[in-house]
Amino acid sequence: MADSSIVDRDRESGSGDRRSEGRNAMAIVSRGFHGRRRPSDHRLPPGQYETRDFPVLSAGPTPRVSRDTWEFAVVTETGVRHSWNWSQLMALPSEHPVVDLHCVTKWSKFDTAWQGVSMDTLLAQVETEAEYVLVHSYGGYTTNLPLKDLLDGQAWIAYGYGGADLPPEHGGPARLLVPHLYLWKSAKWVRGMQLLTRDESGFWESAGYHDYGDPWREQRYQGD
Amino acid sequence: MARTAISGRLGERLRWRAATLVGQRDETPGARTLAFDVPGWPGHLAGQHVDLRLTAEDGYSTQRSYSIASAPDGELVELTVQRIGDGEVSPYLADDLVSGDLLEMRGPVGGWFVWRPEQTEPVLLVAGGSGIVPLMAMIRARRQTAAGAPFRLLYSVRSPADLIYHAELQAPDPGLESTFLFTRETPADWPRPPARLTERDLAALAWPPSAGATIYVCGPTGFVESAADLLVGLGHDPERIRTERLGPTGG
Repeated sequence: MADSSIVDRDRESGSGDRRSEGRNAMAIVSRGFHGRRRPSDHRLPPGQYETRDFPVLSAGPTPRVSRDTWEFAVVTETGVRHSWNWSQLMALPSEHPVVDLHCVTKWSKFDTAWQGVSMDTLLAQVETEAEYVLVHSYGGYTTNLPLKDLLDGQAWIAYGYGGADLPPEHGGPARLLVPHLYLWKSAKWVRGMQLLTRDESGFWESAGYHDYGDPWREQRYQGD
Repeated sequence: MARTAISGRLGERLRWRAATLVGQRDETPGARTLAFDVPGWPGHLAGQHVDLRLTAEDGYSTQRSYSIASAPDGELVELTVQRIGDGEVSPYLADDLVSGDLLEMRGPVGGWFVWRPEQTEPVLLVAGGSGIVPLMAMIRARRQTAAGAPFRLLYSVRSPADLIYHAELQAPDPGLESTFLFTRETPADWPRPPARLTERDLAALAWPPSAGATIYVCGPTGFVESAADLLVGLGHDPERIRTERLGPTGG
Protein backbone atom coordinates (compact mmCIF):
# COMPACT_ATOMS: atom_id res chain seq x y z
CA MET A 1 0.00 0.00 0.00
CA ALA A 2 1.89 2.93 -1.15
CA ASP A 3 1.48 6.54 -1.94
CA SER A 4 -0.55 5.57 -4.92
CA SER A 5 -3.19 7.29 -2.91
CA ILE A 6 -6.18 8.76 -4.54
CA VAL A 7 -7.97 11.96 -3.94
CA ASP A 8 -11.33 10.50 -4.51
CA ARG A 9 -11.99 8.30 -1.56
CA ASP A 10 -13.23 5.62 -3.86
CA ARG A 11 -11.10 3.32 -5.86
CA GLU A 12 -11.69 3.99 -9.46
CA SER A 13 -13.58 1.33 -11.24
CA GLY A 14 -16.78 0.98 -13.11
CA SER A 15 -20.30 1.59 -12.14
CA GLY A 16 -23.38 1.10 -14.11
CA ASP A 17 -26.28 3.02 -12.94
CA ARG A 18 -29.11 3.87 -15.16
CA ARG A 19 -31.63 3.62 -12.36
CA SER A 20 -30.41 6.74 -10.63
CA GLU A 21 -31.06 8.67 -13.82
CA GLY A 22 -34.39 10.22 -14.45
CA ARG A 23 -34.77 10.96 -10.78
CA ASN A 24 -33.28 14.36 -11.35
CA ALA A 25 -34.85 16.71 -13.79
CA MET A 26 -31.42 18.09 -14.59
CA ALA A 27 -29.52 15.14 -16.01
CA ILE A 28 -26.55 17.08 -17.30
CA VAL A 29 -24.40 15.33 -19.87
CA SER A 30 -20.67 15.81 -19.42
CA ARG A 31 -19.08 16.40 -22.78
CA GLY A 32 -16.77 13.58 -23.81
CA PHE A 33 -17.53 11.36 -20.82
CA HIS A 34 -18.16 7.76 -21.81
CA GLY A 35 -17.51 5.78 -18.65
CA ARG A 36 -17.07 2.09 -18.38
CA ARG A 37 -19.92 -0.32 -17.95
CA ARG A 38 -19.44 -3.52 -16.03
CA PRO A 39 -21.03 -6.91 -16.62
CA SER A 40 -22.01 -7.13 -12.95
CA ASP A 41 -24.33 -4.14 -13.17
CA HIS A 42 -27.39 -6.06 -12.10
CA ARG A 43 -26.06 -6.46 -8.57
CA LEU A 44 -24.97 -2.87 -8.07
CA PRO A 45 -27.31 -0.52 -6.26
CA PRO A 46 -27.63 2.93 -7.87
CA GLY A 47 -24.51 5.07 -7.75
CA GLN A 48 -22.28 2.21 -6.56
CA TYR A 49 -19.26 0.61 -8.24
CA GLU A 50 -17.63 -2.73 -7.56
CA THR A 51 -14.34 -3.12 -5.74
CA ARG A 52 -12.42 -6.27 -5.01
CA ASP A 53 -10.48 -4.69 -2.17
CA PHE A 54 -11.91 -4.30 1.29
CA PRO A 55 -11.64 -0.59 2.07
CA VAL A 56 -11.53 0.69 5.63
CA LEU A 57 -13.61 3.65 6.71
CA SER A 58 -13.87 4.86 10.25
CA ALA A 59 -13.87 8.20 11.97
CA GLY A 60 -10.96 7.73 14.35
CA PRO A 61 -8.19 5.39 15.46
CA THR A 62 -8.91 1.66 15.47
CA PRO A 63 -9.82 0.57 19.03
CA ARG A 64 -7.89 -2.45 20.32
CA VAL A 65 -10.38 -4.61 22.19
CA SER A 66 -9.26 -7.71 24.06
CA ARG A 67 -11.44 -10.80 23.92
CA ASP A 68 -10.74 -11.35 27.64
CA THR A 69 -12.71 -8.24 28.54
CA TRP A 70 -15.03 -8.14 25.53
CA GLU A 71 -18.72 -8.03 26.25
CA PHE A 72 -21.84 -7.53 24.20
CA ALA A 73 -24.93 -6.26 25.99
CA VAL A 74 -28.51 -5.63 24.93
CA VAL A 75 -30.44 -3.25 27.19
CA THR A 76 -34.19 -3.05 26.74
CA GLU A 77 -36.37 0.02 27.05
CA THR A 78 -37.24 -1.07 30.60
CA GLY A 79 -33.59 -1.37 31.56
CA VAL A 80 -33.30 -5.16 31.47
CA ARG A 81 -29.76 -6.12 30.49
CA HIS A 82 -28.75 -9.22 28.56
CA SER A 83 -25.02 -9.73 28.09
CA TRP A 84 -22.57 -12.17 26.59
CA ASN A 85 -18.84 -12.47 27.12
CA TRP A 86 -16.57 -13.89 24.45
CA SER A 87 -16.83 -17.55 25.47
CA GLN A 88 -20.60 -17.26 25.77
CA LEU A 89 -20.75 -15.81 22.26
CA MET A 90 -18.54 -18.61 20.95
CA ALA A 91 -20.84 -21.18 22.55
CA LEU A 92 -23.82 -19.99 20.51
CA PRO A 93 -24.59 -21.55 17.14
CA SER A 94 -22.87 -19.64 14.37
CA GLU A 95 -23.82 -19.05 10.77
CA HIS A 96 -21.73 -18.46 7.64
CA PRO A 97 -23.47 -15.73 5.65
CA VAL A 98 -22.10 -14.80 2.22
CA VAL A 99 -23.30 -11.32 1.46
CA ASP A 100 -22.72 -8.21 -0.67
CA LEU A 101 -21.53 -5.06 1.08
CA HIS A 102 -22.48 -1.54 0.00
CA CYS A 103 -20.62 1.43 1.45
CA VAL A 104 -22.07 4.94 1.27
CA THR A 105 -18.73 6.10 -0.16
CA LYS A 106 -19.91 4.20 -3.25
CA TRP A 107 -17.97 0.97 -3.29
CA SER A 108 -19.69 -2.38 -3.25
CA LYS A 109 -18.00 -5.70 -2.59
CA PHE A 110 -19.66 -8.93 -3.63
CA ASP A 111 -19.73 -12.37 -2.00
CA THR A 112 -18.01 -11.59 1.28
CA ALA A 113 -17.88 -14.63 3.59
CA TRP A 114 -18.48 -14.16 7.29
CA GLN A 115 -18.95 -16.18 10.44
CA GLY A 116 -21.10 -14.94 13.27
CA VAL A 117 -24.13 -15.35 15.49
CA SER A 118 -27.50 -14.35 14.12
CA MET A 119 -29.19 -11.48 15.90
CA ASP A 120 -32.28 -13.73 15.96
CA THR A 121 -30.36 -16.03 18.28
CA LEU A 122 -29.14 -13.22 20.50
CA LEU A 123 -32.51 -11.50 20.75
CA ALA A 124 -34.57 -14.69 21.12
CA GLN A 125 -35.01 -14.34 24.88
CA VAL A 126 -35.29 -10.56 24.96
CA GLU A 127 -38.70 -9.15 25.85
CA THR A 128 -39.30 -5.77 24.33
CA GLU A 129 -41.83 -3.48 22.75
CA ALA A 130 -39.12 -1.27 21.30
CA GLU A 131 -39.03 -0.53 17.59
CA TYR A 132 -35.64 1.13 17.38
CA VAL A 133 -32.07 0.27 18.24
CA LEU A 134 -29.09 2.45 19.02
CA VAL A 135 -25.93 0.40 18.52
CA HIS A 136 -22.85 1.24 20.58
CA SER A 137 -19.23 0.42 19.79
CA TYR A 138 -15.96 0.34 21.64
CA GLY A 139 -14.37 3.69 20.81
CA GLY A 140 -17.65 5.58 21.11
CA TYR A 141 -19.23 5.06 17.67
CA THR A 142 -23.01 4.75 17.50
CA THR A 143 -25.54 4.03 14.77
CA ASN A 144 -29.31 3.64 14.77
CA LEU A 145 -31.69 1.38 12.90
CA PRO A 146 -35.14 -0.16 13.26
CA LEU A 147 -35.21 -3.31 15.37
CA LYS A 148 -36.97 -5.24 12.64
CA ASP A 149 -33.93 -4.82 10.41
CA LEU A 150 -31.92 -6.90 12.88
CA LEU A 151 -34.38 -9.83 12.76
CA ASP A 152 -35.40 -12.57 10.33
CA GLY A 153 -31.91 -13.58 9.26
CA GLN A 154 -30.84 -10.09 8.25
CA ALA A 155 -28.15 -9.35 10.84
CA TRP A 156 -25.29 -11.00 12.71
CA ILE A 157 -22.66 -10.32 15.33
CA ALA A 158 -19.76 -11.32 13.10
CA TYR A 159 -16.36 -12.42 14.38
CA GLY A 160 -14.93 -14.26 11.38
CA TYR A 161 -14.15 -12.97 7.89
CA GLY A 162 -12.83 -14.95 4.94
CA GLY A 163 -12.17 -17.99 7.13
CA ALA A 164 -10.07 -16.13 9.70
CA ASP A 165 -10.60 -13.96 12.76
CA LEU A 166 -12.06 -10.57 11.93
CA PRO A 167 -9.11 -8.12 11.96
CA PRO A 168 -9.33 -5.00 14.14
CA GLU A 169 -9.42 -2.56 11.23
CA HIS A 170 -12.54 -4.27 9.95
CA GLY A 171 -14.18 -4.25 13.36
CA GLY A 172 -12.69 -7.19 15.24
CA PRO A 173 -13.04 -8.84 17.59
CA ALA A 174 -16.70 -8.54 16.58
CA ARG A 175 -18.89 -6.24 14.55
CA LEU A 176 -22.51 -5.95 13.64
CA LEU A 177 -23.24 -7.11 10.10
CA VAL A 178 -26.44 -5.74 8.50
CA PRO A 179 -25.61 -6.08 4.82
CA HIS A 180 -28.94 -4.90 3.42
CA LEU A 181 -28.18 -1.38 4.69
CA TYR A 182 -25.20 0.87 3.90
CA LEU A 183 -22.16 -0.39 5.72
CA TRP A 184 -21.95 2.39 8.32
CA LYS A 185 -24.92 0.65 9.99
CA SER A 186 -22.76 -2.48 10.45
CA ALA A 187 -21.02 -1.02 13.49
CA LYS A 188 -17.44 -2.15 13.96
CA TRP A 189 -16.17 -3.08 17.45
CA VAL A 190 -19.74 -3.54 18.60
CA ARG A 191 -20.31 -3.69 22.34
CA GLY A 192 -23.99 -3.21 22.82
CA MET A 193 -27.47 -2.20 21.77
CA GLN A 194 -30.05 -0.01 23.41
CA LEU A 195 -33.60 -0.93 22.50
CA LEU A 196 -35.65 2.25 22.21
CA THR A 197 -39.30 3.12 21.75
CA ARG A 198 -38.25 6.33 19.96
CA ASP A 199 -35.63 6.60 17.26
CA GLU A 200 -32.39 8.27 18.31
CA SER A 201 -29.71 9.30 15.81
CA GLY A 202 -26.28 7.72 15.84
CA PHE A 203 -22.91 9.21 14.94
CA TRP A 204 -23.13 9.62 11.16
CA GLU A 205 -26.90 10.02 11.27
CA SER A 206 -26.43 13.09 13.51
CA ALA A 207 -23.95 14.40 10.94
CA GLY A 208 -26.42 14.37 8.09
CA TYR A 209 -26.38 10.81 6.85
CA HIS A 210 -29.65 9.02 6.23
CA ASP A 211 -31.56 7.56 9.15
CA TYR A 212 -32.26 4.26 7.37
CA GLY A 213 -29.65 3.91 4.61
CA ASP A 214 -31.14 1.55 2.03
CA PRO A 215 -28.58 1.28 -0.80
CA TRP A 216 -31.21 0.22 -3.33
CA ARG A 217 -33.12 3.45 -2.71
CA GLU A 218 -29.82 5.35 -2.55
CA GLN A 219 -30.57 6.77 0.90
CA ARG A 220 -27.14 8.26 1.48
CA TYR A 221 -27.98 11.53 3.18
CA GLN A 222 -30.91 13.04 5.00
CA GLY A 223 -33.51 13.97 2.44
CA ASP A 224 -32.46 11.33 -0.10
CA MET B 1 -16.26 10.33 20.12
CA ALA B 2 -18.63 13.23 20.39
CA ARG B 3 -21.65 13.67 18.21
CA THR B 4 -21.61 16.45 15.73
CA ALA B 5 -24.75 18.14 14.72
CA ILE B 6 -25.02 20.08 11.50
CA SER B 7 -27.54 22.76 10.98
CA GLY B 8 -30.54 21.95 8.87
CA ARG B 9 -31.43 22.58 5.25
CA LEU B 10 -29.76 19.34 4.27
CA GLY B 11 -32.32 18.58 1.63
CA GLU B 12 -31.55 21.85 -0.06
CA ARG B 13 -27.82 21.51 0.43
CA LEU B 14 -27.70 18.05 -1.07
CA ARG B 15 -29.44 18.92 -4.28
CA TRP B 16 -27.45 18.12 -7.43
CA ARG B 17 -26.15 21.35 -8.93
CA ALA B 18 -24.55 22.14 -12.24
CA ALA B 19 -20.83 22.81 -11.90
CA THR B 20 -18.86 24.52 -14.66
CA LEU B 21 -15.10 24.17 -14.94
CA VAL B 22 -13.62 27.66 -14.80
CA GLY B 23 -9.94 26.96 -14.20
CA GLN B 24 -7.35 24.26 -13.76
CA ARG B 25 -3.70 23.88 -12.90
CA ASP B 26 -1.22 21.05 -12.49
CA GLU B 27 0.01 20.45 -8.95
CA THR B 28 2.31 17.50 -9.65
CA PRO B 29 2.73 15.25 -12.70
CA GLY B 30 -0.18 13.17 -11.34
CA ALA B 31 -2.40 15.71 -9.63
CA ARG B 32 -4.46 18.50 -11.10
CA THR B 33 -6.59 21.13 -9.40
CA LEU B 34 -9.96 21.89 -10.95
CA ALA B 35 -11.91 25.03 -10.11
CA PHE B 36 -15.67 24.91 -10.54
CA ASP B 37 -18.28 27.62 -10.52
CA VAL B 38 -21.34 26.18 -8.76
CA PRO B 39 -24.34 28.53 -8.80
CA GLY B 40 -26.26 28.20 -5.56
CA TRP B 41 -23.34 26.65 -3.68
CA PRO B 42 -24.29 26.92 0.01
CA GLY B 43 -20.70 27.22 1.30
CA HIS B 44 -18.61 24.61 3.07
CA LEU B 45 -16.36 23.88 6.01
CA ALA B 46 -12.71 22.97 5.57
CA GLY B 47 -12.41 19.17 5.43
CA GLN B 48 -15.75 18.43 3.79
CA HIS B 49 -16.18 16.65 0.48
CA VAL B 50 -18.50 16.67 -2.50
CA ASP B 51 -20.11 14.02 -4.64
CA LEU B 52 -19.59 14.37 -8.39
CA ARG B 53 -21.86 12.81 -10.98
CA LEU B 54 -20.81 12.32 -14.55
CA THR B 55 -23.35 11.36 -17.17
CA ALA B 56 -22.57 10.11 -20.67
CA GLU B 57 -24.69 10.92 -23.71
CA ASP B 58 -26.43 7.53 -23.55
CA GLY B 59 -27.55 8.17 -19.97
CA TYR B 60 -24.89 6.04 -18.25
CA SER B 61 -23.71 7.80 -15.13
CA THR B 62 -21.30 7.27 -12.31
CA GLN B 63 -20.50 9.05 -9.06
CA ARG B 64 -17.37 9.71 -7.03
CA SER B 65 -16.54 11.61 -3.85
CA TYR B 66 -13.74 14.19 -3.77
CA SER B 67 -12.37 16.27 -0.92
CA ILE B 68 -12.67 20.03 -1.30
CA ALA B 69 -9.26 21.72 -1.53
CA SER B 70 -10.29 25.35 -1.28
CA ALA B 71 -11.36 27.52 1.62
CA PRO B 72 -14.92 28.81 1.38
CA ASP B 73 -15.05 31.29 -1.51
CA GLY B 74 -18.55 32.10 -2.64
CA GLU B 75 -19.67 29.77 -5.40
CA LEU B 76 -16.15 28.68 -6.33
CA VAL B 77 -15.16 25.12 -5.36
CA GLU B 78 -11.72 23.67 -6.03
CA LEU B 79 -10.93 19.96 -6.06
CA THR B 80 -7.56 18.33 -6.56
CA VAL B 81 -7.73 15.12 -8.57
CA GLN B 82 -5.03 12.47 -8.45
CA ARG B 83 -4.94 10.69 -11.80
CA ILE B 84 -5.37 6.91 -11.49
CA GLY B 85 -3.99 5.31 -14.65
CA ASP B 86 -6.78 2.82 -15.26
CA GLY B 87 -9.49 4.81 -13.56
CA GLU B 88 -12.88 5.46 -15.06
CA VAL B 89 -13.25 9.00 -13.76
CA SER B 90 -9.96 10.58 -12.73
CA PRO B 91 -8.27 10.53 -16.19
CA TYR B 92 -11.39 12.15 -17.62
CA LEU B 93 -11.37 14.86 -14.97
CA ALA B 94 -7.62 15.45 -15.11
CA ASP B 95 -7.02 15.16 -18.84
CA ASP B 96 -10.22 15.65 -20.82
CA LEU B 97 -12.16 18.33 -18.99
CA VAL B 98 -11.73 21.85 -20.40
CA SER B 99 -13.02 25.20 -19.24
CA GLY B 100 -16.73 25.53 -19.77
CA ASP B 101 -17.43 21.81 -19.39
CA LEU B 102 -20.28 20.80 -17.09
CA LEU B 103 -20.81 18.11 -14.53
CA GLU B 104 -23.05 17.70 -11.50
CA MET B 105 -21.95 18.30 -7.93
CA ARG B 106 -23.70 18.01 -4.59
CA GLY B 107 -22.61 18.83 -1.13
CA PRO B 108 -20.86 19.73 0.99
CA VAL B 109 -20.92 16.39 2.80
CA GLY B 110 -19.35 15.34 6.09
CA GLY B 111 -19.58 17.08 9.44
CA TRP B 112 -16.93 15.21 11.40
CA PHE B 113 -13.63 15.63 9.58
CA VAL B 114 -13.87 19.41 9.61
CA TRP B 115 -12.01 22.35 11.09
CA ARG B 116 -13.87 25.51 12.04
CA PRO B 117 -12.15 28.89 12.37
CA GLU B 118 -13.75 29.24 15.84
CA GLN B 119 -11.55 26.40 17.10
CA THR B 120 -8.72 27.88 19.15
CA GLU B 121 -6.81 24.76 20.25
CA PRO B 122 -3.60 23.71 18.47
CA VAL B 123 -4.08 21.56 15.40
CA LEU B 124 -1.94 18.76 14.05
CA LEU B 125 -2.45 17.77 10.43
CA VAL B 126 -0.98 14.46 9.29
CA ALA B 127 -1.16 13.86 5.55
CA GLY B 128 -0.14 10.88 3.45
CA GLY B 129 0.06 11.50 -0.29
CA SER B 130 -3.08 13.10 -1.65
CA GLY B 131 -4.53 13.02 1.86
CA ILE B 132 -3.19 16.57 1.94
CA VAL B 133 -6.24 17.83 0.03
CA PRO B 134 -8.82 18.29 2.82
CA LEU B 135 -6.03 19.36 5.19
CA MET B 136 -5.00 22.05 2.71
CA ALA B 137 -8.55 23.38 2.87
CA MET B 138 -8.06 23.72 6.65
CA ILE B 139 -4.73 25.52 6.18
CA ARG B 140 -6.33 27.86 3.68
CA ALA B 141 -9.37 28.49 5.86
CA ARG B 142 -7.08 29.34 8.79
CA ARG B 143 -5.12 31.79 6.67
CA GLN B 144 -8.25 33.28 5.14
CA THR B 145 -9.85 34.01 8.51
CA ALA B 146 -6.57 35.00 10.21
CA ALA B 147 -7.54 32.46 12.88
CA GLY B 148 -5.21 32.22 15.84
CA ALA B 149 -5.03 28.44 16.26
CA PRO B 150 -1.45 27.24 15.72
CA PHE B 151 -1.13 24.52 13.07
CA ARG B 152 1.50 21.89 12.49
CA LEU B 153 1.53 19.84 9.31
CA LEU B 154 3.36 16.56 8.77
CA TYR B 155 3.15 15.66 5.12
CA SER B 156 4.48 12.31 3.95
CA VAL B 157 5.03 11.70 0.24
CA ARG B 158 7.09 9.38 -1.89
CA SER B 159 9.42 11.98 -3.39
CA PRO B 160 9.74 15.77 -3.72
CA ALA B 161 7.98 15.62 -7.10
CA ASP B 162 4.88 14.25 -5.36
CA LEU B 163 4.41 17.26 -3.08
CA ILE B 164 1.04 18.77 -3.90
CA TYR B 165 0.80 22.53 -3.07
CA HIS B 166 4.57 22.58 -2.57
CA ALA B 167 5.14 26.28 -3.27
CA GLU B 168 2.15 27.37 -1.23
CA LEU B 169 3.27 25.28 1.73
CA GLN B 170 6.76 26.74 1.57
CA ALA B 171 5.56 30.33 1.50
CA PRO B 172 5.51 32.10 4.87
CA ASP B 173 2.28 31.46 6.78
CA PRO B 174 2.69 32.63 10.39
CA GLY B 175 1.44 30.06 12.86
CA LEU B 176 1.80 27.15 10.44
CA GLU B 177 4.82 24.84 10.72
CA SER B 178 5.11 22.40 7.83
CA THR B 179 7.39 19.38 7.78
CA PHE B 180 7.80 17.19 4.72
CA LEU B 181 8.64 13.50 5.15
CA PHE B 182 9.80 11.47 2.16
CA THR B 183 9.37 7.73 1.93
CA ARG B 184 11.44 6.84 -1.15
CA GLU B 185 13.51 9.76 -2.34
CA THR B 186 14.57 13.00 -0.64
CA PRO B 187 15.92 16.31 -1.89
CA ALA B 188 19.72 16.60 -1.84
CA ASP B 189 21.26 17.01 1.61
CA TRP B 190 17.99 16.17 3.33
CA PRO B 191 18.70 15.28 6.98
CA ARG B 192 16.14 12.52 7.33
CA PRO B 193 16.69 9.37 5.28
CA PRO B 194 13.67 8.22 3.25
CA ALA B 195 11.28 6.29 5.49
CA ARG B 196 7.64 5.94 6.33
CA LEU B 197 6.22 7.96 9.20
CA THR B 198 7.62 6.68 12.50
CA GLU B 199 6.87 7.15 16.17
CA ARG B 200 10.06 9.20 16.40
CA ASP B 201 8.81 11.60 13.74
CA LEU B 202 5.57 12.11 15.62
CA ALA B 203 7.27 12.40 19.01
CA ALA B 204 9.59 15.08 17.62
CA LEU B 205 7.15 17.02 15.46
CA ALA B 206 3.65 16.66 16.87
CA TRP B 207 2.26 18.75 19.72
CA PRO B 208 2.72 16.97 23.04
CA PRO B 209 -0.42 15.16 24.20
CA SER B 210 -0.75 17.74 27.01
CA ALA B 211 -1.34 20.48 24.42
CA GLY B 212 -4.85 19.15 23.80
CA ALA B 213 -4.47 19.47 20.06
CA THR B 214 -7.11 18.30 17.65
CA ILE B 215 -5.50 15.92 15.19
CA TYR B 216 -6.61 15.30 11.62
CA VAL B 217 -5.11 12.34 9.79
CA CYS B 218 -5.83 11.78 6.11
CA GLY B 219 -4.30 9.46 3.56
CA PRO B 220 -4.42 5.90 2.28
CA THR B 221 -5.84 3.38 4.75
CA GLY B 222 -2.50 1.88 5.80
CA PHE B 223 -1.01 5.30 6.41
CA VAL B 224 -3.98 6.42 8.49
CA GLU B 225 -4.11 3.20 10.50
CA SER B 226 -0.43 3.43 11.26
CA ALA B 227 -0.36 7.15 12.08
CA ALA B 228 -3.45 6.96 14.30
CA ASP B 229 -2.07 3.94 16.18
CA LEU B 230 1.27 5.70 16.73
CA LEU B 231 -0.47 8.83 18.01
CA VAL B 232 -2.58 6.80 20.45
CA GLY B 233 0.60 5.00 21.54
CA LEU B 234 2.26 8.35 22.25
CA GLY B 235 -0.55 9.25 24.62
CA HIS B 236 -2.84 11.32 22.43
CA ASP B 237 -6.51 11.03 23.34
CA PRO B 238 -8.25 8.87 20.69
CA GLU B 239 -11.24 11.20 20.97
CA ARG B 240 -9.12 14.04 19.62
CA ILE B 241 -7.93 12.11 16.56
CA ARG B 242 -10.11 12.41 13.49
CA THR B 243 -9.35 10.28 10.50
CA GLU B 244 -10.31 10.21 6.86
CA ARG B 245 -9.20 7.22 4.84
CA LEU B 246 -8.79 7.58 1.11
CA GLY B 247 -9.85 4.83 -1.14
CA PRO B 248 -9.21 1.13 -1.01
CA THR B 249 -5.66 0.02 -1.17
CA GLY B 250 -3.84 -3.00 -2.39
CA GLY B 251 -4.91 -2.41 -5.97
